[in-house]
Amino acid sequence: MPKDSGIGAPSKRREDVRFLTGTGQYTDDINVNGQAYVYFLRSTVAHGKLKSVDTSAAEGMPGVVRIFTGADFEGVGGLPCGWQVTDRHGEPMQEPAHPVLAQGKVRHVGDPIAAVIADSAAEARDAAEAINVEIDELPAVIDMKEAVKDGAPKVHDDLTSNLCYDWGFVEENKAAVDEAFANAAHVTSLELVNQRLVANPMEPRVAIGDYNRANDESTLYTTSQNPHVIRLLMGAFVLGIPEHKLRVVAPDVGGGFGTKIFHYAEEAFCTFAARQINRAVKWTSSRSESFISDAQGRDHVTKIELALDADNNFTAIRTDTYANMGAYLSTFAPSVPTWLHGTLMAGNYRTPLVYVNVKAVFTNTVAVDAYRGAGRPEATYQLERVIDKAARELGVDPIALRRQNFISEFPYATPVAVEYDTGDYVATMDKLEEIADLSGFEARRKASEAKGKLRGLGVNCYIEACGIAPSNLVGQLGARAGLYDAATVRVNATGSISVMVGAHSHGQGHETAFPQVVAEMLGIDEGMIDIVHGDSSKIPFGMGTYGSRSIAVCGSAMVRATEKIINKAKKIASHLLEASEADIELKDGQFNVVGTDKSCAWGDVTLAAYVPHNYPLEDIEPGLEETAFYDPSNFTYPSGAYACEVEVDPETGKVTIESFSAADDFGNVINPMIVSGQVHGGIGQGIGQALLENTVYDENGQLVSGSYMDYAMPRASDVPFFTVDHSCQTPCTHNPLGVKGCGEAGAIGSPPSVINAVIDALHSGGHTHVDHIDMPVSPSRVWSAING
Amino acid sequence: MTTVTMTVNGKSASGEVEGRTLLVDFLRNELNLTGTHVGCDTSQCGACTVHVNGKAIKSCTMFASDADGATVDTIEGQANADGSLNTIQQAFQDHHGLQCGFCTPGMVMAAAELLKKNPKPTETEIRDHLEGNICRCTGYHNIVKSIMAASGQDVSAIAAE
Repeated sequence: MPKDSGIGAPSKRREDVRFLTGTGQYTDDINVNGQAYVYFLRSTVAHGKLKSVDTSAAEGMPGVVRIFTGADFEGVGGLPCGWQVTDRHGEPMQEPAHPVLAQGKVRHVGDPIAAVIADSAAEARDAAEAINVEIDELPAVIDMKEAVKDGAPKVHDDLTSNLCYDWGFVEENKAAVDEAFANAAHVTSLELVNQRLVANPMEPRVAIGDYNRANDESTLYTTSQNPHVIRLLMGAFVLGIPEHKLRVVAPDVGGGFGTKIFHYAEEAFCTFAARQINRAVKWTSSRSESFISDAQGRDHVTKIELALDADNNFTAIRTDTYANMGAYLSTFAPSVPTWLHGTLMAGNYRTPLVYVNVKAVFTNTVAVDAYRGAGRPEATYQLERVIDKAARELGVDPIALRRQNFISEFPYATPVAVEYDTGDYVATMDKLEEIADLSGFEARRKASEAKGKLRGLGVNCYIEACGIAPSNLVGQLGARAGLYDAATVRVNATGSISVMVGAHSHGQGHETAFPQVVAEMLGIDEGMIDIVHGDSSKIPFGMGTYGSRSIAVCGSAMVRATEKIINKAKKIASHLLEASEADIELKDGQFNVVGTDKSCAWGDVTLAAYVPHNYPLEDIEPGLEETAFYDPSNFTYPSGAYACEVEVDPETGKVTIESFSAADDFGNVINPMIVSGQVHGGIGQGIGQALLENTVYDENGQLVSGSYMDYAMPRASDVPFFTVDHSCQTPCTHNPLGVKGCGEAGAIGSPPSVINAVIDALHSGGHTHVDHIDMPVSPSRVWSAING
Repeated sequence: MTTVTMTVNGKSASGEVEGRTLLVDFLRNELNLTGTHVGCDTSQCGACTVHVNGKAIKSCTMFASDADGATVDTIEGQANADGSLNTIQQAFQDHHGLQCGFCTPGMVMAAAELLKKNPKPTETEIRDHLEGNICRCTGYHNIVKSIMAASGQDVSAIAAE
């Protein structure tokens, strides 16, 4: 029987009631008295010299309050980059300026040129049409390999080239890796594209800047995964507003998937403009705008090579990747193809030597940054695809080849600078074989063939690094921020509790899962505990939600703060019970004197803390409120094994997902219902990438896939029911909950098994010339491969 | 500007609109019914789904003036009279059919129309009916399961939560 409350219980989500009744409060649902509306006039060309921006006709249009251009931001800070990568020669990356509104040049379609503030959104939009922009169009660079050629047009004239950095990891191992390849019994190589994706949370971005001149305070309401990070970046680096005069509120947020981590021009603009015009300014992105202004994801072009010895043991991996940065460096962009990617290239396998080269490139496209998984899906995809190809070349079973090379002893120090604390890759593969009924596959294949379809089975493993991150480590690697988190546990006089957390919930169910932990620790009802998140004026300085870190990092801070509460409460209880503190135990919400029948209730202690008439005031302060900051000592390493079965119609090339199974090891699980939901969603996005989604720019830099008419989001009929299991649990050894994080696993682990399955299907149909098809495996690509 | 009057969630509502005012903007901005969301501008995502004269429509694709005199039902009017969740809403909570909640009002309104026309839809019929409603969080697994459960079907055999 599952538990019905506390850690491990599938508690129903309390936040659902407001979402199901239309009473959630998303940023666009907020309106500030007297607010004006801003419309951003954006570049329609990918690259050009900005000759003039004539706003004179627009100034007189109905409702117009004020129009801003890049000139109004001379002397104002640009958007900062939060991570500096050092290249393989020891030099810092090239880091271009990123003005809030374009200055001198436009560098991608969607680059904001002017901002029109008016009394209504429609008037702002109407007036923007009257602005006359003169641009001398320049040749655009879209393809990464073209962009780094000598003589290519430069995205940033003040940089030496379009190469942001050329990163080698581990550079000292390069010669040894090359030697291992020279001595290999077999080498498998594969060139592949991990295509650019658009994150597409269903809620477009929104920002409202408000200003109170009386006390010189600014408030920004914004669709963010991390309000404190935005306050820090915008306050300190862009607008020069000290923290105590700047409040950032991220209320209900309709999905993030990474793209709402970053600090964006529009939110800085609204905050800035509200101070200028002494009036609130609201911006609501349209979906079309989000396609050309939200940071996008992936976009790697890779060659990977795997070396094996005569016994099929992996001996070395070598990769060569071009990673697209887009036109500017988004907040954490440089870290994604490097430290979030190279460090995972060992995967689940004993490979003694690894060398990863990444060339990050500027192009005239929208900026690229973290999207669900961020670097780890790219690592997993190339590794798990090349292993499958190696198995086929060697004529061995792809699962057996993986099993033979699994890491089996922990802790395990990889050759790519991380130490896996725990895992059991055999257990998750065993579980996968069971839940996916792999032994029944041949019968299912025959049934498909009888219908004229080709059926394929694809399997892959994954490992990810979550719970970002030990601050001292990431500091050495170039992070310009700490990556701890924080929680304040405020016990009220009657025993109810508010927990203020740095993590932000935008679909992950924190309001339900976090109280489960505190309830378990205190032995009280979950309903007595509420989570407060998303408002920098209410919560401690935590770093927010991304990288599957919330429960591992912020949850650990919450545990530490609750431990402090318990310690103090026991002191109070020992006073009330006239017993030694060492003899007090807290059980089921009661403080007992061990070995006696003396006890007092949770509420007696909390009341005494705030009405300290009978209280050890000489020893401890009144009140019961504690804060803890938690900085992890390592990453966490969720892992798992995934299987996909597809049918391919050889006549049309259409691929359908017949089944998808996931066996994950997330360590301990707080709410299994929520965890399964996270995996389902990740798989949905991974299947979307594998089958449907693609971000296409033409040679002039026009975004061809700029709406849901053209960008193929997965729909309900594109996916089956999923079979997910997280009963394999090797608890994390270094955080107090033993948790690893589950938010990204599905998106990391699912694309390779889909593609492995498609290739398997084609081979079963005799199309053995097809080694690889790039994602998305659309009918036309599959048909062309078959008939190629 | 013209005046429009409609019956929204059982109550008469009227307001001044421009010819170009969309029904969704009228609901959100004039009536403060912000449960109906806008997730795209090409009539694809379905977050703005409401019922007009009993039929599910995308309120981003209808002018407010065209709804003059109509009966409009939104997510805010779906709960039972005592404020408790209705059968579909309750099934979504029971089966974790939502995460960020942004697409949810549209999903609930689309499901309500489906179950009115087809009280026991198959999995395939549900998936096909949701063609015009995009969710980015759930992979649809628990949405489909919730709708099957709301129609009284046994969903215990569908993979674990």
